[in-house]
Amino acid sequence: MATLFQGVGAVTPFSASSSLDSNKLLLPSRKSLSISDSRGSIFVYRSDALNLKAATRKQDLLIPNAVATKGETSTSAKSGHELLLFEALHEGLEEEMERDPRVCVMGEDVGHYGGSYKVTKGLAEKYGDLRVLDTPIAENSFTGMGIGAAMTGLRPIVEGMNMGFLLLAFNQISNNCGMLHYTSGGQFTIPIVIRGPGGVGRQLGAEHSQRLESYFQSIPGIQMVACSTPYNAKGLMKAAIRSENPVILFEHVLLYNLKERIPDEEYVLSLEEAEMVRPGEHITILTYSRMRYHVMQAAKTLVNKGYDPEVIDIRSLKPFDLYTIGCSVKKTHRVLIVEECMRTGGIGASLTAAITENFHDYLDAPIVCLSSQDVPTPYAGTLEEWTVVQPAQIVSAVEQLCQ
Amino acid sequence: MWISKTIFNHFKSRLNFTPNYAPLSLLSPRRFASTIAQNPSTFNSIHDANQVIDFPGGTVKFIPEMRFISESSPQRIPCYRVLDDDGQPLANNFVQVSEEVAVRMYSNMVTLQIMDTIFYEAQRQGRISFYATTIGEEAINIASAAALTRDDVIFPQYREPGPLLWRGFTLQEIAHQCFSNKYDNGKGRQMPIHYGSNKHNYFTVASTVATQVPHAVGAAYSLKMDKKDACSITYFGDGGSSEGDFHAALNFAAVMEAPVIFLCRNNGWAISTPTSDQFRSDGVVVKGQAYGVRSIRVDGNDALAIYNAVQAAREMAISEERPVLIEALTYRVGHHSTSDDSTKYRPANEIEWWRLARDPVARFRKWIERNGWWNDMAESELRNSLRQQLLHSIQVAENIEKPPIEDIFNDVYDVPPSNLREQEQWVKDTIKKHPLDYPENISA
Repeated sequence: MATLFQGVGAVTPFSASSSLDSNKLLLPSRKSLSISDSRGSIFVYRSDALNLKAATRKQDLLIPNAVATKGETSTSAKSGHELLLFEALHEGLEEEMERDPRVCVMGEDVGHYGGSYKVTKGLAEKYGDLRVLDTPIAENSFTGMGIGAAMTGLRPIVEGMNMGFLLLAFNQISNNCGMLHYTSGGQFTIPIVIRGPGGVGRQLGAEHSQRLESYFQSIPGIQMVACSTPYNAKGLMKAAIRSENPVILFEHVLLYNLKERIPDEEYVLSLEEAEMVRPGEHITILTYSRMRYHVMQAAKTLVNKGYDPEVIDIRSLKPFDLYTIGCSVKKTHRVLIVEECMRTGGIGASLTAAITENFHDYLDAPIVCLSSQDVPTPYAGTLEEWTVVQPAQIVSAVEQLCQ
Repeated sequence: MWISKTIFNHFKSRLNFTPNYAPLSLLSPRRFASTIAQNPSTFNSIHDANQVIDFPGGTVKFIPEMRFISESSPQRIPCYRVLDDDGQPLANNFVQVSEEVAVRMYSNMVTLQIMDTIFYEAQRQGRISFYATTIGEEAINIASAAALTRDDVIFPQYREPGPLLWRGFTLQEIAHQCFSNKYDNGKGRQMPIHYGSNKHNYFTVASTVATQVPHAVGAAYSLKMDKKDACSITYFGDGGSSEGDFHAALNFAAVMEAPVIFLCRNNGWAISTPTSDQFRSDGVVVKGQAYGVRSIRVDGNDALAIYNAVQAAREMAISEERPVLIEALTYRVGHHSTSDDSTKYRPANEIEWWRLARDPVARFRKWIERNGWWNDMAESELRNSLRQQLLHSIQVAENIEKPPIEDIFNDVYDVPPSNLREQEQWVKDTIKKHPLDYPENISA
């Protein structure tokens, strides 16, 4: 899908008048399991790490945390390589396929066509038709096939052309994928990754604008993660493939063309951790996927108005990283959740419940959750725009919460 | 390959040839093995390759008559059998089984029969909560397993404990599963009869109908990638063949050339739905061809026919890398499960007739007795010994304690996350506080 680009590595896909500079938006924390550099030593980055790109970008919006981990070096602008999010996913996928011959991909049009969003481009030519398998159109069945293959020793990645199509695979995902490890008494593992683009796009119509994370979040036995930047896309893809549990990786249709510089060295992120996007003092804003960018744009406005929001990209939708979230809540005492799910039964609803249960005493105000309305996504552009939470709404919600 | 509409119309009436073609792939150029028309008297043959029109998927012959393919053929697909109702071989062209294998097959069939009877009774006595018998389908269960090797992976529906027995799963282990005690492989998480054992290459039964069929295709894909000398086999009933997963799985297996055997136990009933309400095709075997899958219809109550067919299918599946569909015609003598009383929807005398006159166990017994491999004494010894074993197994299993509380929360993930550990602690605390509200035989 076409996304609007502005400048180098610009990020926002929503309105022509925005003038975001990704320099200020992208401040991913480098929390990873391990990274080995070219000399072979292992670097472990902690969550409050200094932004490694900080040296090359303008800093007026950031209040970087002063804690730096030992052994960390500030890389120059030349190291690492720039790529788009779908390329980052591709890179992560290819590295894992290279590393482990059991990793295989199946889905519609993933082989010769290279995938509808080009995430599997070139892989069929390199690894053959069997490892990058084009399937007929039967989502429930090829997900079932993936489960059978996983139980027999492969590590399949099932691609839903659009997450919404995975509604057809709900039976296999819920009754088998999430369950068979448990009901077999631990005898059979299902190290499958189910991924695909979802979320509200650009006038794709209601059926292609589904937010499946809210439907899947109850299923016991699966893990869910949502990527939002090329850096975390690659890291989460690799982590998901290496995980022994079934993992659903949510990508967003409008984020595929985000550009970022990512490290050359290999890295794998943790599936259960949230990402500190912007540390702050006044309010905790929890978000994920595309809404991260709306939040960061609102953050720009908020900072100009004198607020200091802490923005956390929760990344792990199931289970929630209550440690990071909790630390933040204990610091700021106010929570705003910004999500793209529908209001009823969405990720925000569960997150609100989890925070209230665990951190009630630390809250100075009720948790506010901004979500999409409980309506199917309309096609008309203007209507569609208003079903998605906009930065202006985020700004006014923060102002209200911080009164 | 694409020709515009006007040219198509121009040539439409003139195209009358019948190439014998090998299956074409969309990605490979067209090949014709021959361009000789099959019925030269009926058509004028035009022989000019440049005027050939074909569609994606290959060339087709055009005919000026509008001919609908009938919904049914005049003859039903015939059914392969080796032994007649009296256990006499009909011909000599079948694969012989040795005395050892035959006696083992027979013993397992009897074991299955007695196991079912006793566990059914146990459920009726309230000792287990649920059971489903395989009465009438013993030949399918055992003979199919006997024709496979230990490396072939099995994806059952729920009426196929036979292959587990064949592969050495003990009656005691069966009892443990049915009683959901701590020695159950499944750690007490599934209903009775939902066996699973990775040691025996038998995948855990899931209650969902036909979901295992695509799993088997995925496993076959995995075996093919690893170039193993093994296939996967999946069982399902006539009812299961209506599920979407069945159709897509057959389609996939054919497209992917996966070494999988689809074994349909067409036993006439899906709970109370007879096959006439399940499909209007000639059973399940004709569906194979629709997906490009080689198929055969077999007498499901003839152990030797099943043995022969499955063995041949396995050979084809592995060496030719193709799926095979076997429809085994049989009858579900028992009720669907202990929650069903089938006399409500079918005549009791029909059930009795199939139980007695068409019993696959008795039929096979006649064959082995005629070969001098079995006799009455062996029979009564076997049956008595099995009864004792089963009653003992049930008694033992009944008295073993249930799995510990931790097993509610383990294996949901590889490592329990913090929220599950919290929930587990909460349950344990509640049990400590209110011990009288909880059963005694769980350990906290």
